[in-house]
Amino acid sequence: MAKHHIEATVNGDPVEFLCETEDTLLDVLRDTLDLTGSKEGCSSGDCGACSVMLDGRLVCSCLVLGCEVSGRKIETIEGMAKGEALHPLQRRFLEAAALQCGICTPGFLVASKALLEQNPNPSEHEVRFWLAGNLCRCTGYDKIVTAVMDTAAAMRKG
Amino acid sequence: MRYEAPESLEGAVALLAEAKGEARVLAGGTDLLVQMRADVVDPELIVDIKKIPETRTVTEEQGGWRIGAAVTGAELKEHARLKRVWPGVVEAANLIGSTQVQGRATLGGNLCNGSPAADSVPALIAAGAVATLAGPKGRRDLPVEDVMLGPRKLALTKGEIVVSFLLPPRPARSSDAYLRFIPRTEMDIAVVGAGVSLTLDAGGTITAARVSLGAVAARVLLVSEAAQAIIGSRLDRAAQDRLEAAARAACRPIDDKRGTIEFRTDVAAVLARRTALIALDRARAN
Repeated sequence: MAKHHIEATVNGDPVEFLCETEDTLLDVLRDTLDLTGSKEGCSSGDCGACSVMLDGRLVCSCLVLGCEVSGRKIETIEGMAKGEALHPLQRRFLEAAALQCGICTPGFLVASKALLEQNPNPSEHEVRFWLAGNLCRCTGYDKIVTAVMDTAAAMRKG
Repeated sequence: MRYEAPESLEGAVALLAEAKGEARVLAGGTDLLVQMRADVVDPELIVDIKKIPETRTVTEEQGGWRIGAAVTGAELKEHARLKRVWPGVVEAANLIGSTQVQGRATLGGNLCNGSPAADSVPALIAAGAVATLAGPKGRRDLPVEDVMLGPRKLALTKGEIVVSFLLPPRPARSSDAYLRFIPRTEMDIAVVGAGVSLTLDAGGTITAARVSLGAVAARVLLVSEAAQAIIGSRLDRAAQDRLEAAARAACRPIDDKRGTIEFRTDVAAVLARRTALIALDRARAN
């Protein structure tokens, strides 16, 4: 069967690609569009390393088919910094060493940004529940949660 | 593997009815894509129903609420009015998976995945929700408790899909709740789930109730004996004891890695009581 020809928007730019039905959005991002910031951890929606925004909604890109995103807007970790200027979450994660091996980091950043956009003043409880679908196997959760709380506080001050 | 995303119900039904090999409906994909990846299913055809408007909307209908089968958990959570009237249904849907999964997972998918441990199903059954199905022979309504026959077994015929759920009109002093037990706080599959919906009279006596238990039998159970145990009471200690006994008696669980038969039976009784107490408090406030 012929491949699907899909047009979508990724990080504000129009893109088009060909994909098989079984290709996930994560496969397309990494293997076709060379956006390898989104990571493949579990491929079953448990680890959150492949988190992206799809039409403004946080999703696991491993649980979305490439052919589903026709005409839709996707935001990935590659779109988080504006040029050389890192997003405040990225800066804080670096400063606070809120990462060890870094595989989970893009997913945590994308998910945390989504949280702060809808809740600029989350409690620690809210941060932990929001990020329950992002797994860090280096067990860096405390530093990550603290970094998100600190960034939120800094962003509220402006 | 073909992928189709029809914009009409008729189109979706025709595709499914005419499929030669295995065909699967795609709503949120949070179960289907995992099963495809694990080679549990290998469909010849995938029919994405999310472009069909009536699967994607929440509307008031005849004093009740109609929820499209492909509305996501995140969308339900953001629907303030629905959440006020049916807090148990919304909280059950919101227990499915992570924030990311909530962005995709749907009530229709949770039901049609055919798991006895599906979180939203006991809440829908307690609510008295009716599923509207569309198929080659037209539409029909089926109470949610009659949709699932056993693990991975549904009462749907070839070409039939779940389009939406109708939640009935809510009398004053009514509410619902859902609780599940898992060994951690998030991201796990119910060891036991309990949904309770009830209505009080002006004096606080329960005049109507429905109790549903998940993960304690081959299908999600509607436990009418448990409802009868509390109707006519104010959910005093004696009524709670009767509710626990009825819940316990209804359980026919399996032993597996999530819990033993004894544990599940005990937890079902405790959860049924706690869930009923939450629904009671909410109904008093309405």
